Amino acid sequence: MVKKFEAGNYDVIVIGAGHAGVEAGLAAARMGAKTLMLTINLDMVAFMPCNPSVGGPAKGIVVREIDALGGQMGKTIDQTHIQMRMLNTGKGPAVRALRAQADKVLYQQMMKETIENEPNMTLLQGMVEELIIEDEECHGVVTNTGATFRAKTTIITAGTFLRGEVIIGDLKYSSGPNNQQPSIGLADHLRGLGFDIVRFKTGTPPRVNSHTIDYSKTEIQPGDETPRAFSYETTNYITDQLPCWLTYTNETTHTIIDENLHRSAMYSGMIKGTGPRYCPSIEDKVVRFNDKPRHQIFLEPEGRNTKEVYVQGLSTSLPEDVQQQILATIPGLENAQMMRSGYAIEYDAVVPTQLWPTLETKKIRNLYTAGQINGTSGYEEAAGQGIMAGINAARRAFGQDEVILSRSDAYIGVLIDDLVTKGTNEPYRLLTSRAEYRLLLRHDNADLRLTDIGYEIGLIKEDRYKKFNEKKALIDLEINRLKTVMIKPNEHVQALLEAAGSSALKDGIRGTDLLRRPEITYNLIKQIIPSETALPEDVEEQVEIQIKYEGYIEKSLQQVDKLKKMENKKIPDGIDYQAITGLASEARQKLQEVRPLSIAQASRISGVNPADISILLVYIEQGRIAKVAGE
Amino acid sequence: MEFDTIAAISTPMGEGAIAIVRLSGDEAFQIADRVFKGIGGKQLQSVPSHTIHYGHIVDPAKDETIEEVMVSVMKGPKTFTREDVVEINCHGGIVSVNHVLQLLLRQGARMAEPGEFTKRAFLNGRIDLSQAEAVMDLIRAKTDRAMNVAMNQMQGRLSKLVQSLRQEILEILAQVEVNIDYPEYDDVEEMTLKMMMEKSQYVRSEIEKLLRTSEQGKILREGLSTVIIGRPNVGKSSLLNSLVQENKAIVTDIPGTTRDVIEEYVNVRGVPLRLVDTAGIRETEDIVERIGVERSRKVLKEADLILLVLNHGEELSDEDRRLFEAVSGMDVIVIVNKTDLDRAIDLDEVQQLADRHKLVTTSLLKEEGVDELEEAIASLFFDGSVELGDGTYVSNSRHIALLHQALQSIEEAIQSAEMGTPVDMVQIDLRRTWEILGEMIGDTVQESLIDQLFSQFCLGK
Repeated sequence: MVKKFEAGNYDVIVIGAGHAGVEAGLAAARMGAKTLMLTINLDMVAFMPCNPSVGGPAKGIVVREIDALGGQMGKTIDQTHIQMRMLNTGKGPAVRALRAQADKVLYQQMMKETIENEPNMTLLQGMVEELIIEDEECHGVVTNTGATFRAKTTIITAGTFLRGEVIIGDLKYSSGPNNQQPSIGLADHLRGLGFDIVRFKTGTPPRVNSHTIDYSKTEIQPGDETPRAFSYETTNYITDQLPCWLTYTNETTHTIIDENLHRSAMYSGMIKGTGPRYCPSIEDKVVRFNDKPRHQIFLEPEGRNTKEVYVQGLSTSLPEDVQQQILATIPGLENAQMMRSGYAIEYDAVVPTQLWPTLETKKIRNLYTAGQINGTSGYEEAAGQGIMAGINAARRAFGQDEVILSRSDAYIGVLIDDLVTKGTNEPYRLLTSRAEYRLLLRHDNADLRLTDIGYEIGLIKEDRYKKFNEKKALIDLEINRLKTVMIKPNEHVQALLEAAGSSALKDGIRGTDLLRRPEITYNLIKQIIPSETALPEDVEEQVEIQIKYEGYIEKSLQQVDKLKKMENKKIPDGIDYQAITGLASEARQKLQEVRPLSIAQASRISGVNPADISILLVYIEQGRIAKVAGE
Repeated sequence: MEFDTIAAISTPMGEGAIAIVRLSGDEAFQIADRVFKGIGGKQLQSVPSHTIHYGHIVDPAKDETIEEVMVSVMKGPKTFTREDVVEINCHGGIVSVNHVLQLLLRQGARMAEPGEFTKRAFLNGRIDLSQAEAVMDLIRAKTDRAMNVAMNQMQGRLSKLVQSLRQEILEILAQVEVNIDYPEYDDVEEMTLKMMMEKSQYVRSEIEKLLRTSEQGKILREGLSTVIIGRPNVGKSSLLNSLVQENKAIVTDIPGTTRDVIEEYVNVRGVPLRLVDTAGIRETEDIVERIGVERSRKVLKEADLILLVLNHGEELSDEDRRLFEAVSGMDVIVIVNKTDLDRAIDLDEVQQLADRHKLVTTSLLKEEGVDELEEAIASLFFDGSVELGDGTYVSNSRHIALLHQALQSIEEAIQSAEMGTPVDMVQIDLRRTWEILGEMIGDTVQESLIDQLFSQFCLGK
């Protein structure tokens, strides 16, 4: 038994320094909380154990949202990427998304440096074994060396480390990701506290040596020529980019997989955890979609100063020798040297319906969990939860109100609401289709949605807020101008319209009405009726989107209005669902488990039907009347 | 869902002189204004509270006047529900009241659940504490019952039809979603506007088909429109009188329809018959001549059932043969009447002309064969030989309203696609259509889209 010793007092302790932990710790520290971050291995801060990439559909918007709230992910990837692409440019504005390929070594270096330079932050190496719990409240942590740290609030961001087990074919050993030490003590401790735990599984593909790839047999995938950035504060853009490469599996690959299926951990029954459907292993793809003659493989460099290349599309738990054979069948990889093999990893996750929408656990006060431990997958999902947990933990430490993002505010709101309201039975990934107000939750307007909140909680500084308000004013001004200005049909105008493939004007038309024509861009409007001063590009973009899609946006806003009304019907704390007669028993049980904060949240619980909601409303109203009558 | 504007017929169903359609909610005035045409373009939104106004209910889509009404306008909170309330007093029969309700539902009101006005009254503080428990019981009981009723109605073919339609849409949605969430996967064909438009048009035609069956459903409520034809003096009047006397006809003067058409309702062994244009039969026996008249052709065309009467005591004439021609392709029962007279008719030829149609011989004078005729009518109907779509029909007001909403939203999807709006925007309307159809069968679970995504496509890192 190691002797315990007092090691310091903090406002907020963050266990883990992955993508959730980093955002949680930085948010807390920047809000003025004295913050401690503990990680098992200081060399692995903000490490990307899987895909060296940040962003993509839905996820990229989360990164923008984190930035609008004053978080770090966007800023760091802007400085450390090797390639950036805007996806879905051929579609509507709501689904455009930025994705960066990361220099993963540089990313973690810069992130560590940022944390080290943060005034209120202490970053230490240490493995937490247990929490200090008194009266169902968390007061700090104890590490395996006996160091006892006390804090007002504690956030666990343990990723896939809890009782992690790596599986490669029939080889299975206790390990965190990338052969790091797993966290067994804390996993046992959480079970001991009575938390409901599930076993999830995820996996990663092999890495190959770039020198041994024959790129001539692959297709090049370059980055965008236009420089782009996630952060609204980024001003210096990286122009020197590295390409990715595209190749395919073939019938031979699939035959090898078929023949060795019995040796795959997934099919031999060795893996019991639930894996994500959206991220199947190559053996899964071959089995479930056996009519597909080929599957895509993207070759992604892991950085500028490494020769390791990530083989996206080949996630697997097949034995190492089979992985070698598979690689050799793929054009360009015939002679590829496999530097690390792919593996599957199983780990403990906390059933997320045990959390409040602040990510505080219902069971233990002042204890928060964020990231993959909550059953999600993806760096961005982790970071989005991290910043919200950090904000709420710091505010609790200061005795301030909670901050909860609504489903209509942000993808982060959708993510957390899904987790705490519905739970998940596989590692949860954000998809644009999970957001019912997708059109409002765009890449381009993350700042308009969230900067006010970031400023209020103290994560957005004055100078940035001032710039933001100037941008907002410019947008309003320009929209109003286009609403009032009339465009007369003259020769110049008609010629421009004809060139744009649009029909000629018969009468005068308002600027906004002309812009609503699908084929008309703001650029064209600008040529017809230039504004007095040239507007920044992001203002122009905003004006165009807001006018062009006003009808759709308006429809969504009407739905949001209804949602807000339901959200404003709060369910009082500590309501006893057992005492409400008339609730169906399934609904009663689910309500008791989730303990929703509002009628809106209650109505999203599966198994709670409209009749139950009506009864709940009546009951709450009854309580309110009783209270008034008793006063 | 809890705070939208609701509508329902708030007077008992039946033959009351006045029926009231009640609207309650934030948008009650706006919704009413969309269908109300007052004197001098009066807007209900701008009239004083607790006043009553004369005007017409007009279908804005067809610009067609539905009903002459008195409308009470009451602003919350001094109303039963404490919300804005509009009460539309209609004086037509059940048909036109239903029509008014349908219109309101199409304009954005939601069909009120049983007890919902009372519930709102309570939630808005109108009813005191002692009544709370009772209200809860009411909600539970009525909602369950309503759900059961709805479920029963939805079982079987209609439910299957709606489900397969939703699946159709779901597959489009999933493909668009995959294109969005996995933009770099070339395994998945890019859903184009053209494909979306084609699929949407198919969905629209299916919804329209279902809506047409709601007309069939109407038959059940309003009766099978039935026309008796035959040369003079074959016994049409006797047939009519026989059906009416035996079955206690309800003689109604339906307002809003052509005044000179008198309709009689009879119930033949559970089959509601609406005997159309019987006035014509009474006034003139010369129906053959009138067949040539356009209006009679129209009556024939709209009929669900034709009773074609021949005279047993006379030879078949060309006029008789022309009658067979006129009703070819329709549901017909051929009646050879006056078996009390010696046979002059060529029964073989009749049989040949009748072809697949049922043939019945009667002597209405001697009251013979009437049972057989009624049996024929009943079996024709219950065997499903009468074209009621394909046996599936939509009759529930809520379902009809939802189908209209679904139709509107799919039309918006098609319009957007035609305009070249990006696919993910067209998707919004398509998804809305899918959700509305889901409401019909009580299934709006989001997760099913994501399930579809992963079962239909191979995705991953």
